[in-house]
Amino acid sequence: MSKEIEAIQDPGLPAHKLRQTDIDPKAADRAERQVAILFLLSALSTVLFIFSYFFISTETFIFIPLMGEQNAHQLFLGLGLAFSLLFIGLGAVHWAKTLMPDHEVIAHRHEFRSPDSDREDFIKVAKEGAAAAGLGRRSLIKRSMGLALGLVGLSPIFLLRDLGPTPGDELKKTSWKAGTRLVTDPGDRPIRPEDLEVGAVAQTLPELAPGKDHRTLNDIGKDAVLLIRLRPEEFNLDAERLSWTYQGIIAFSKICSHMGCAVALYEQQTKHLLCPCHQSTFDVTRAAKVIFGPAARPLPQLAITVDGEGYLVAQAPFNEPVGPSFWERSA
Amino acid sequence: MSARERIAGNVANYVDERTGAAAWMKKNLQKVFPDHWSFMLGEIALYSFIILLLSGTFLTFWFDPSMREVVYEGSYEPLNGLKMSAAYASTLDISFEVRGGLLMRQIHHWAALIFMAAIVVHLLRVYFTGAFRKPREFNWIIGIGLLTLGIVEGFLGYSLPDDLLSGTGIRIAEAIIQAIPVVGSYLAYFAFGGAFPGEVFIPRIYTVHILLLPGIFLALITVHLMLVWYQKHTQYPGPGRTEKNVVGYPLLPIYMAKAGGFFFIVFGVTALLGAVASINPIWLYGPYTPGQISAGSQPDWYMGWLDGLVRMAPPIEPVIFGYTLSLNILIPGLIIPGILFTGMALYPFIEQWITGDKREHHLLDRPRNVPNRTALGVMSLTFMLIALINGGNDIIATHFDLSINQIMWFSRIGIIVLPPIAFIVTKRICLSLQRADRELVLHGRETGRLVMMPSGEFVEVHEPISPEKAWLLTQHEQNAPLELADSDARGVRRPGLLKSKLRKRLSVAHAEQVAKPTVADLKEIEHH
Amino acid sequence: MKRLSRYRRHRAVAPLLLIFALLGIGTTFQVAGAATTAPMTAAERTAAIEEGKELFLKGCSSCHGLNAEGGAIAPSLIGVGAASVDFQVATGRMPMADMSQQAMRKDPVYTDEQVAALAAYVASLAPGPEIPTEDMLNYERDGEVAEGGELFRTNCAMCHNFAGQGGALTQGKYAPTLMGVEPRHIYEAMITGPQSMPVFSDKTLTPKEKLSIIKWIKAAEKEPQLGGVALGRVGPVTEGLLVWTLGLGLLIGIAVWLATKAK
Repeated sequence: MSKEIEAIQDPGLPAHKLRQTDIDPKAADRAERQVAILFLLSALSTVLFIFSYFFISTETFIFIPLMGEQNAHQLFLGLGLAFSLLFIGLGAVHWAKTLMPDHEVIAHRHEFRSPDSDREDFIKVAKEGAAAAGLGRRSLIKRSMGLALGLVGLSPIFLLRDLGPTPGDELKKTSWKAGTRLVTDPGDRPIRPEDLEVGAVAQTLPELAPGKDHRTLNDIGKDAVLLIRLRPEEFNLDAERLSWTYQGIIAFSKICSHMGCAVALYEQQTKHLLCPCHQSTFDVTRAAKVIFGPAARPLPQLAITVDGEGYLVAQAPFNEPVGPSFWERSA
Repeated sequence: MSARERIAGNVANYVDERTGAAAWMKKNLQKVFPDHWSFMLGEIALYSFIILLLSGTFLTFWFDPSMREVVYEGSYEPLNGLKMSAAYASTLDISFEVRGGLLMRQIHHWAALIFMAAIVVHLLRVYFTGAFRKPREFNWIIGIGLLTLGIVEGFLGYSLPDDLLSGTGIRIAEAIIQAIPVVGSYLAYFAFGGAFPGEVFIPRIYTVHILLLPGIFLALITVHLMLVWYQKHTQYPGPGRTEKNVVGYPLLPIYMAKAGGFFFIVFGVTALLGAVASINPIWLYGPYTPGQISAGSQPDWYMGWLDGLVRMAPPIEPVIFGYTLSLNILIPGLIIPGILFTGMALYPFIEQWITGDKREHHLLDRPRNVPNRTALGVMSLTFMLIALINGGNDIIATHFDLSINQIMWFSRIGIIVLPPIAFIVTKRICLSLQRADRELVLHGRETGRLVMMPSGEFVEVHEPISPEKAWLLTQHEQNAPLELADSDARGVRRPGLLKSKLRKRLSVAHAEQVAKPTVADLKEIEHH
Repeated sequence: MKRLSRYRRHRAVAPLLLIFALLGIGTTFQVAGAATTAPMTAAERTAAIEEGKELFLKGCSSCHGLNAEGGAIAPSLIGVGAASVDFQVATGRMPMADMSQQAMRKDPVYTDEQVAALAAYVASLAPGPEIPTEDMLNYERDGEVAEGGELFRTNCAMCHNFAGQGGALTQGKYAPTLMGVEPRHIYEAMITGPQSMPVFSDKTLTPKEKLSIIKWIKAAEKEPQLGGVALGRVGPVTEGLLVWTLGLGLLIGIAVWLATKAK
């Protein structure tokens, strides 16, 4: 295919063209002044930087067109730093472009491959070395060394074991128990059914166990529950799930069954819950069935009722693990 | 000899007698570097890394990588009295109590975004010009390693302040770990020292972020640069430039002034961004708690494609023999990125296998002259871009009056349909450009001047192009596809026939090209 | 030189335009505040109900029914209360301009008196949430900003974004920005749950807590730009956009200049 003999020939490196600064000493002087001005601008910017650091209070705000109200300290400190650096760079490049010699230089490449004699010598040296060590003959040493090195490489893996406990069945448990009151988050106030109008939501957590005065983030990460009140006739649930609701109030784990973000975007008109992370959409009227997005499972539903004092409580713990999936989830 | 010269001479003598550096310096100060803007892209990445080291060191002086609960009592009123982690509180302190602290935080974060963007653009330049070919395959693989580590390092940095946005990011990372078959929940418990979020994760990733990964970065970047130095830079084709030479400017003084100046320019531009544009305003996000979330929770751009893939994944999560396999997380979160990055790392070897070309290459390809590679690159870019767009679908929806469901469906279908279309279109465009080059060499440049022929017909005057231009347009090699026999001389089918057939088909596709004009073609035209 | 300058102009224009666009997003806007309703006497109230009924029949009944009982395309207004009417009409959401997914905030069609009359009429149909009085809305006195922030992030940020800039819901619906919204309207939205928004009951989110939320929103609205242009306060997406346009654009532009031979 290729017709190398007939190919158009390489005309060679074009002749060097002189620059304005090479011909005209005035142009060269002008370029020198320009470079000097750039460096001086840099020095001035450093002065601005130091001035801003010491003399512009962090409480000062000024109005800059297009940018709006800005913190003067941060802005001028930053501009001072930026321009002190930028002008050094621009000066250096302008200097290089206009005043340093611009003759292109040709360097020759060498092949990376070593000469054959070197390669042969290398193989010889390597072989001799291996033979001197007796690697080929003494297979017992070779194998036992392989074993030792292999095993010693395992030790760091053992050392990493204590990074954390094994999960056990902790991933399947939450703080919810039969009779645990639902309290507002934040505020810790128990909730009566009549506190919620139709169309209302409430962010809730389980009440603190007696003797505890503090929730860890680990608890919140599993316990957060969203309460939603609908008209009871709007539900489209089987008898069991319906019995988990109370007068139109339904409770779901707020931790997304996909990747654990807080699912709390409740659209009152469509009765849909949306996760803002990956846009899984759940239908509240059908026990948080997934109707869009990557989540594969409904949000776990918490069975609720009221206690003797009329406050909303859990009927029972969640009947499935909350949050994202894991291998032994359904085991 | 002036006093100054004498002192300089003494110092040089002192150093050389102990290191023998003079011989090395003599040679290397005259090292030639070809000049082209696209050769500065890797430098942007390198300089951003240095900026990251400098600004990051500054931040470590105040940052407290601890998840211990503290009550904030700083000068930012809207958070006063709230419980938060020490990591978050100290990041607030850096922003509001340390003069220049917010500036450095913003420079650090902007530099990280520029670092990743520069790596990607540098990678595209290397890919589309074929700079990864022999002998530079090692550097390609190191580059892919740096890109991968950069994504991890960036994500860890984004996670450190423990604000609501970064905590959400960690939550998602934990879910990906937890989804790994068999060992997922164990790995997650080990990484987090128990249940999510625990109290050890931030200190642990801090060590990785400021010690382990930067150390690996330094080592890999050093090898990367040493190989560039030793192998000499590639160059674009042109008159006087061959596979055997490198044309450019000597290190001293031109390249040193330009490259050194460029470091200041990159630092200056990063500082400019840090001065005028807010980034990661963590005080607005609030401290992390798993019960809160913000609309439009996004990762930084270099993770956006991953988030976009996760968003568009179909809801498949089979339970097999009682065990849950979260394909909706594993496919977009681990399997597709794994295939993409492995494929990218292996590409030089795959192309070598297809072309059978074992020679060294120092002259870069013009992308149009290797249509198949260019098309594959544009195809992958299309894939990534659709994933990235879907990663910001909620922001796009609110700002352009669209629906997230529409964008999601566009992405789900588009990510399958559009990349192959991009491949075909790009390949056609490349071949058309080759044809245009051929026309230009044979018939010259259209001048726009019309001349009336004696017959009354108008023709446009064509001017022949310069020999330099003609050379540029015809210097590339045109290699025929591999000739692979299906059977040996005696008609017996060779082993590995399927592999050989595939290789042949790929080779034919790779070699598709427009014949470049030769002297004979030119002469023929002249006779007409 | 001419070729070069053309090249430069071409490089600079696109990123610059984008920056201006981004600055545009970044700047918050002000909406002229509407006067609040003053308490009425019984006689005034009766007159207002009459006037409201007239206005209702003319402007609202074609969708909401002659007796506000609702229709095929619009919900019943019986029992929605004065607060709901005040929110929907005074923010210009009602009457709707077209049958789009969601009623948008726009310039109100009715004057303050007319809105008050409509509200009085609808409130007279059945009891519902009242328009909060000036005294109930004294968020500066009764609210607590940090607590408000925490409440906002738990109850509001998932839809309205961490800084109250709004966010996407399903099928093209969206949670609007809270910037420049009257405290009264924010309060009314929380107690009535307009459109997609759920109701936040006074028992689960007390009036004082609601005021704290409003105080935080107002603080966020007034917060000066502490670290430079805010880029819309929507998180990393606009930051990524700026890096690829202004950041890389500037750097590559300078690299092109750096590698061009001087004339």
